[in-house]
Amino acid sequence: MSNVEIITATHRAVSRRSFIKGVVASGAAASSAGYLFRGAATAFAQTGAQGAVERLVSLNVNGQARRVDVLPQDTLAMVLRYKVGLTGTKFGCDRAECGACTVLIDGVPHYSCSILAHSVRGREVTTIEGLASPSGQLHPVQQAVMDEAGFQCAFCAPGFIMAMVGFLNTNNNPTRRQAAEGISGNLCRCCDYNKILNSCMRAADYVREGIPTEVS
Amino acid sequence: MADFKLIGKDFAPPDLEAKITGRARYAEDFRAEGMLFAKLLVSPMPHCRVVRIDASAALAMPGVEAILTADDLPEGRDAPGDERALTNEPLYEGEPILAVAAVDETTAADAIDKIRVELEPLPFVIDPLESLRPGGPDARIDGNTAVRDEDRRTVLQSVKWPEDVFDAAGEDGFPMGEPADEWTIGDIDAGFAEADVIIDESVFHQSQTHHPLEPRSCMAYWQNGKLYAYVSTQSVARTVSSLAGGVGIDPSDVVLISEFCGGGFGSKISGSVNMPIPALLSRKTGRPVMLRVTRAEENYYGRARPGFQARIKLGMRADGRVTAIDMFIVQDNGPYGLQGDHSTAGNMVHLIFQPANMRWRGITVFTNTPPRGAQRGPGGVQAVAMITPLADRACRQLGIDRVEMLRANLPGHDAVMGPRLTQLSSCFVREALELGVERFDWASKNMLSRQRTGTKVTGIGIAASPYTAGSFEYDGLAVLTPEGRLRIHQGIGNLGTHSIADTARPAAEPIDMPWERCDIVWGDTSKHLPWSSSQAGSQTTHAHTRANYAAGLDLKRKLQEIAARDLGGAPENYEVAAGRVFNVSDRSRYMTLPRAAARAIELGGKYDGHELPEDLNEMTVASATALAGQGLMGVAKDNFDRGGPLQSWVIGFARVEVDVETGMVDIVEYLAATDCGTVLNPRSLGAQLHGGSIQGFGVARSQKWVYDPQWGVPFTKGFHTAKPPTILDVPLEMDWVAADLPDPYNPVGCKGIGEPPMGAGAGAIVSAIEDALGGDVAFNRTPITTDMILAALERRPQPYRGLTAHV
Repeated sequence: MSNVEIITATHRAVSRRSFIKGVVASGAAASSAGYLFRGAATAFAQTGAQGAVERLVSLNVNGQARRVDVLPQDTLAMVLRYKVGLTGTKFGCDRAECGACTVLIDGVPHYSCSILAHSVRGREVTTIEGLASPSGQLHPVQQAVMDEAGFQCAFCAPGFIMAMVGFLNTNNNPTRRQAAEGISGNLCRCCDYNKILNSCMRAADYVREGIPTEVS
Repeated sequence: MADFKLIGKDFAPPDLEAKITGRARYAEDFRAEGMLFAKLLVSPMPHCRVVRIDASAALAMPGVEAILTADDLPEGRDAPGDERALTNEPLYEGEPILAVAAVDETTAADAIDKIRVELEPLPFVIDPLESLRPGGPDARIDGNTAVRDEDRRTVLQSVKWPEDVFDAAGEDGFPMGEPADEWTIGDIDAGFAEADVIIDESVFHQSQTHHPLEPRSCMAYWQNGKLYAYVSTQSVARTVSSLAGGVGIDPSDVVLISEFCGGGFGSKISGSVNMPIPALLSRKTGRPVMLRVTRAEENYYGRARPGFQARIKLGMRADGRVTAIDMFIVQDNGPYGLQGDHSTAGNMVHLIFQPANMRWRGITVFTNTPPRGAQRGPGGVQAVAMITPLADRACRQLGIDRVEMLRANLPGHDAVMGPRLTQLSSCFVREALELGVERFDWASKNMLSRQRTGTKVTGIGIAASPYTAGSFEYDGLAVLTPEGRLRIHQGIGNLGTHSIADTARPAAEPIDMPWERCDIVWGDTSKHLPWSSSQAGSQTTHAHTRANYAAGLDLKRKLQEIAARDLGGAPENYEVAAGRVFNVSDRSRYMTLPRAAARAIELGGKYDGHELPEDLNEMTVASATALAGQGLMGVAKDNFDRGGPLQSWVIGFARVEVDVETGMVDIVEYLAATDCGTVLNPRSLGAQLHGGSIQGFGVARSQKWVYDPQWGVPFTKGFHTAKPPTILDVPLEMDWVAADLPDPYNPVGCKGIGEPPMGAGAGAIVSAIEDALGGDVAFNRTPITTDMILAALERRPQPYRGLTAHV
């Protein structure tokens, strides 16, 4: 039952093929450099080069409407990091190999490096910055990671945590093997997989039963 | 050993919440007003000379601000031919030739496309043995290997072995010409004569890219004559001078910021070769410059472990004792520097088996492949992965248990290492072995060896892996403030091991400071950091528990003196605990720590940092001077007694299931048993043991380095093709156990542990796979790919050279 949801949601998302077609149509794919950042009128980027086609779109990120200049070829990850200022979402590979850029779109994990930003208009995007409550109360998954001291360098942590949240949305009482399979789209080069799995199993407990009041 | 309140206890490192909420800022997460973006033009071929660069069309583009070529690099302290950020003679595919800065990344990339570069192709070589053949190509114009002269500068040479050396070796054999270095202990002929079985094999160990998850992106700008550089580095204090050298400025003009580092594993010890690029482009343009590094670029100039081709001969007596070892290693050096992995491998093999007779010979050969560098357990991993299955084969032929064999060879407390038979600081590997044997239940598990269930056959593996684990004489610096907090300044990097927090805790122990009242200051050289070791070779835990404990003892001594001065009596009549310095015979005579810190400021002199010990490093002096007057200062150089070289150990125990129909391998159980001195932070130790071991699983099984021999270009530039281990490639639960016996020369007993797990993981998996497939299968190449397993099952010959196709 839980898988059905994923399939449906994935189907709604931009497929890799349509993503590539979109980039080609925008005329940006000829460059050797692949996934690039084209500046726009933001606090940090410069005015774009001549001929750049820009448009203002509204993105729903972490429950807030954000008006952003988005070019047709801008990926969600680039827009989050360089136009919305949310640098918690990381680039590890630029091409859907590592999962460091994982965010939730309508509650389902996606590699944001491989989603065009304009395709998520009208959908709810959640990044690592949007998990904790505004008062600083950690999400149960984050609290579980804290309690297990999960992750080493933690460059993969934002992506892994988003993947855990998405997975536990579909199955909050997994076996250890199901958990490993559920978050296997993410790579940890420190290979802290044992603690990551410990964190995910504890997170399932916290999601199901709430965070214990007396947490060490 | 003192009774510690913090050391040996689990705790969450204080930077963890930032890491898991997205607040932690890695190099590419910093922004600056007016920031430009840089892109690189990299060499499309393995060796060539830049004849002409025409950037006129690119520079005429709107938004393109500057170009940087090798000719713009400052005269460095490097010897001619040393690696620099950009080059006019690329020595491998992907070596950066020039950089462009533009208002955005797309414009910079478009500009790169518009630059016309004329390149003259030059001869190249991918395989070191090809370069050693008569008439074989040299990777560099001036030679294929090098020696160091008296000034430690690299002098290139061209070495060719005579044709008959290659003829004698035959098609599949290993040619052994004149080595560049060698040493001998005892009499190897006599040693082999004493042996009951001799294993003599040609073995291949591939090179391997580090691939930290965070690419080595960097951002830089200039402000008031100083360079502000945001980089990804394992070390902080030790990265300043490498960056300053590359930019051609004094280290005192660098402000280096590296609060978090997304992994390095040896590839970012003192930052990266590309760090000067944004700094120099920023100086040209007057604007901040960000260089985002891609995964393919990370594969190119992000470092790799040197590969070995070797001949290893091992003699064993019927009781399992190794009587003689003869090793000859040809090392794939990449194009730059002189790597020492092959030499270290000889020392590690000697340390593991303690043979009375041993010869090591080696030569390192340049190739037109990415630059090599230290990778977690450099030389040790290759040594353990290569020798473990050879010793196993001797055991199988002799019919002896592998644990018995290790018991017969592994050193006791009197361990010696290498040609000079150097005595170690401490060695408790035998204790670790016995703990592991019991915890893994070796006796029962070994009974499962080669048992078949359905299509799956069980294999049991074991491997012993030592590595360096410490260094000495760095500085500790901490300030007890009048607010009653202890600020511990750390010049070390935050490379992911948690050592930034773990090694701070010994500063708090002598004054019984609760951890909640401690703050760590790190990651920014403008925050006044002490001189520190490199975060490499597992030095940090040892070096900085010592340095910070020295600072903690200095704090305690000064508290005792201040109390005695104000309250009467001798300093030694006072003790520090529970937030007070008090008279041991009259506890009503006490001073609170905040009060004592305020008194330190009133007293000045040595108490608040206005007078400093004379033996401090100049970086610590500058930092302590800047902090003077802020509280009671604990500052000291690590002058504790020192023993011999530090070595920690991991014994890896593995159980695998090999599917004899598909050739797939499941690693179903793994235990790491360690001697790393006193356990500092159990959970972080477990993470190092398991993470390092899994990286070793990658060496044994999955991670690949593939070059097209005809064109000299790599096939494995990304994660999908290089295949580092995923969460599905490891056991669902992993275990560890520690001897937890203190190194007698470290005041808190700790040794480092980052390096040795990787060799243990690699060796144990190779050992287990061979064990599963029975007595007559010999894998002499890593990674043991699935097709090798299928070939073995079909009794077809095994390769021992590197991969030339992506299988």
